[in-house]
Amino acid sequence: MPVNHDIEGIIRHVAEIIIDELKLEEVTADTFNPDMDLVDELGIDSMDLATIALVLQDEYRIAIDEDDYPRLKTIRLIAEYIEEKIATKN
Amino acid sequence: MKTVSSLLDKDWHERYRRISTLNIRSSIYDVTNRCNLRCKGCFFFSSGEHQAAEEEMDIKKWEDFIDREKERGVNLAILIGGEPTLCMDRVEAFYKRLPTYCATNGLIKVPREKFPDMMVGISLWGGGEDEKILRGRDTFAISSKNYEGDAYTYYLFTLTPRQVGKIEPVIKRIADVGLKVHLQLLSNDERVDGFSWREGELKDLRQEMDEMLDHYPQTVISCKYYHEVITTGKMMGRDFGWNECPSVTESLDHRTNRPRRLIHFSRWASDLKTVHRCCTSATRDCSTCKDGAAHMSWVMVNKREHMKSAKDLQNWIEVYEMFAKLYHFIPW
Repeated sequence: MPVNHDIEGIIRHVAEIIIDELKLEEVTADTFNPDMDLVDELGIDSMDLATIALVLQDEYRIAIDEDDYPRLKTIRLIAEYIEEKIATKN
Repeated sequence: MKTVSSLLDKDWHERYRRISTLNIRSSIYDVTNRCNLRCKGCFFFSSGEHQAAEEEMDIKKWEDFIDREKERGVNLAILIGGEPTLCMDRVEAFYKRLPTYCATNGLIKVPREKFPDMMVGISLWGGGEDEKILRGRDTFAISSKNYEGDAYTYYLFTLTPRQVGKIEPVIKRIADVGLKVHLQLLSNDERVDGFSWREGELKDLRQEMDEMLDHYPQTVISCKYYHEVITTGKMMGRDFGWNECPSVTESLDHRTNRPRRLIHFSRWASDLKTVHRCCTSATRDCSTCKDGAAHMSWVMVNKREHMKSAKDLQNWIEVYEMFAKLYHFIPW
């Protein structure tokens, strides 16, 4: 499980996962805009999101409900969602 | 990094936005094993799928099943058969619960007072002569009377090698009765005498499909990239086949290469328990399959693959829009 659970740490890790899972080029976790709309700008679809969600569930040991996917529009929103889930779990 | 807005101008981006959140989750349902026609080249009967499962006759069980499908996340029910209109109560059960598309041969009219905006796709296999050879009668003469001017109906015109060079009169007849048409192709492994594609014919066909789209843009619901993909079996340098097909029933999909696929897609037999391998016959050779919906979906699930250039992404948008129009998610 990733050690850094502050919001900036989660944002960075989510960016790394997305870059890795979608094999994105020309972007790093440092340069990835956390407020970029993942569907509207990056072009990810629900299958991409399902793949990313699986990794995040394993990494953070949380459950991500498919009904929540529409909320997960940006890296920041995903990070906030994870933070919320971790807080609820604890 | 290539982003949608870096690739598209304002108009195209707006078109992208209109479809990018639709999140269509379709499944296919054999409404019945029965049909009022026996067509040469119909995969349902040629592959024995009409005998794969005993039809569920209890309408309450259909209703409960559809409720479960809705809970499973399905938001588009594609009804095939057999002939769905032989079991209008089952069609109604779907229509009351889910956005529904009904494939039919058009011989029985769907009563619009019960189904005011249900999308209806009428199968058509060519001009009158070919229809008689393949289906025993010219169904267009009947279906066009049943559905003339209907805003929620289109013809699903299956192109065969015998139609190359002869498509336009059929399109014109359809335009004249105020209906739309979508083009798809007969697959070779239906093995109908004289109806198998030969080398070179598909190239000619693609050109003719493009011409029909140019000449009848208000009637033909299609796009040139779809014509390219369906006639060549290639997309972004990849070949269509078992390892690529997105329309495989989820519970039967054990492919180790994990291709991009339709989420939660299933094709159910009419016993509501049995599932078929994919959207067409399991006897079909996937490498030569010409199923139109499978090829459209193949493009649609590979969006990011089409973010290599503006033209690629525009092609993807056009295919998605075509699908969304055909299943009534956006207007014509």
